[in-house]
Amino acid sequence: MGKYMTSVLGWVDQRFPLTSNLKAHLTEYYAPKNFNFWYFFGSLALLVLVLQILTGIFLTMNYKPDADLAFASVEYIMRDVSWGWLIRYMHSTGASMFFVVVYLHMFRGLIYGSYRNPRELIWLFGVGIFLVLMGEAFFGYLLPWGQMSYWGAQVIINLFASIPLIGPDVALWLRGDYTVSDATLNRFFAFHVIALPLVLLGLVVAHIIALHEVGSNNPDGVEIKKHKDPVTHIPLDGIPFHPYYTVKDIVGVTVFLMVFSAVLFFAPEMGGYFLEANNFIPADPLKTPAHIAPVWYFTPYYSILRAVPPIMNSQFPGVAAMGLSVVIFALLPWLDRSPVKSIRYRGNLYKSWLAAFVVSFIVLGYLGTKPSNVWGTFGADVAIVGGADVATVVARIFTLVYFLFFVLMPWYSSRDKTKAVPERVTA
Amino acid sequence: MKFAEMKQLGMLCGLLLALWQPLAGVASEAEVHLDRAPIDASNQASLQRGARVFVNYCLNCHSAAYMRYNRLVDIGLTEAQIKDNLVLTGAKVGDTMKVVMPAKDAKAWFGAQPPDLTVEARARGADWLYTYLRGFYRDSARPTGWNNTVYDKVAMPHVLWELQGQQVLKTELKRDAHGHETEVKQLVLDKPGKISPAEYDATIADLVNYMVFMSEPSKGKRLQLGVIVLLFLGLMFIVSYYLKKEFWKDVH
Repeated sequence: MGKYMTSVLGWVDQRFPLTSNLKAHLTEYYAPKNFNFWYFFGSLALLVLVLQILTGIFLTMNYKPDADLAFASVEYIMRDVSWGWLIRYMHSTGASMFFVVVYLHMFRGLIYGSYRNPRELIWLFGVGIFLVLMGEAFFGYLLPWGQMSYWGAQVIINLFASIPLIGPDVALWLRGDYTVSDATLNRFFAFHVIALPLVLLGLVVAHIIALHEVGSNNPDGVEIKKHKDPVTHIPLDGIPFHPYYTVKDIVGVTVFLMVFSAVLFFAPEMGGYFLEANNFIPADPLKTPAHIAPVWYFTPYYSILRAVPPIMNSQFPGVAAMGLSVVIFALLPWLDRSPVKSIRYRGNLYKSWLAAFVVSFIVLGYLGTKPSNVWGTFGADVAIVGGADVATVVARIFTLVYFLFFVLMPWYSSRDKTKAVPERVTA
Repeated sequence: MKFAEMKQLGMLCGLLLALWQPLAGVASEAEVHLDRAPIDASNQASLQRGARVFVNYCLNCHSAAYMRYNRLVDIGLTEAQIKDNLVLTGAKVGDTMKVVMPAKDAKAWFGAQPPDLTVEARARGADWLYTYLRGFYRDSARPTGWNNTVYDKVAMPHVLWELQGQQVLKTELKRDAHGHETEVKQLVLDKPGKISPAEYDATIADLVNYMVFMSEPSKGKRLQLGVIVLLFLGLMFIVSYYLKKEFWKDVH
């Protein structure tokens, strides 16, 4: 048996670099041995991507991208297709969990400086993945053709219409019609099931190839390739990804699946955050819902959009700020001037800014799910802000903090009091 | 993970929890107090009674176009029972619950086509339905003669008035301890119906129970399967945890 396998493998290897690739990416890819909790989310993101693609394929078999049939076909999947409800909930839960995992993955990069030299390209591919993922989620959200699908798409496309000069044409081009309609649904379906997934897969492959070229960062932010065994040339603090991190990631996957299943089976709507109540009403172009809110993973950016006041009756400044708030992540490798990578060796200045950023992100995210009068208004006698919505003022402050975290980074990261970085990884 | 990082993570979770609260459904038009619907998905008799009320009263004007009659086997009925007692339109037992009233007539009579009710319970919530269906009162200013405490100026007349009787909305001035007067609006039964208020509430609870079932017939299976899946994952966690530990013995 062993001999037979070897000869088959030899036959393949002469024609395709199978063994060498397995070695390069698994059995002889040396990862730092000190990965912690935060290092689960990369492999988990890959898992959710696969889940979304697989469940998506099965959903496509019964979904109808037609304004008259779309809503009914989703209910058909939920009721009449064998295990259709399970597949649909996996996909809808997966969409939200994708963002949970990706946000935590990005946060990991933030705290351990994984975007720093020599990993700038990994980070840029990652930002690309994040952008495409947002597009993918936005296009997919129209497909159930409920009220939130419809009006959410209407609102977001209208944002593009606020771009000076070309805006209205861009919006028209996106919709394929003068309102969100059957034509819009059809093209969004095309974007969602083929165009963006292809780009996404390409970027994920590039992300991983770049990672395996330079090697993984770790919680200490030290380069394990600096200290290699003189004979074997294996990093002294490195362990083969397979089997060590494959068995470790299985533990992470199991715990993640427990959380995933708890949501999927016991609270698939997640209190209205994952599946909105309004989306169980079929899309009606004549009835605007009282409160249109995006799904939770877009709400920090939606808050920023609302927080920026219009200039000369144009919403464009808000739209530009929202776009910038996402794209600005790409600049991190060049904004961070700290001599150390990991938060473990940074000083309190950086830590305070990071904490302020995290609080801003969460508060903006929360406010984005609510109407802007959620916290009432300031009394008319209050200076400067009298009469304004409390939530709007708070959102403006946190929007400022959000951007200052990036803009001031060259300053505070370089003058921060850092600690000495060890030569080798710590436990 | 270092202790400081644990603490950071803990603070993050705390902040998230503090902000967490379920989003309200569409029902949040003004601040209407909703009564909690006393429903029980495991009570098959209640679900069956609710289905009977639904096909007799609701299905004349509303459709439930994604719900098949024979799905009612899930609430303990046989296909023969469904066919003989619940299919009132001549539909086949495998058909969905379509409405007999033509859309054009509906528009002429009510100003709008009554919405499909298949997933109404998921859009509105059980409490909204329970309060709404008990909240009709006489209002001569409305074309139908009916208004509703939950849904002001509703187009739908009170279909169940024969059962409930006729309520009116009484406005009372109430004086609190400090002498402030507040207007309190209260529903009062003006003319009793065929059944007592308690019986009517129970009938509506059955109906809402059924509508919640209809909005997601696979829910029972979902909850059941969830327990099995989590038990399996619990076992898998133990196995994978010790597998990892065994492999990692030689990493120092």
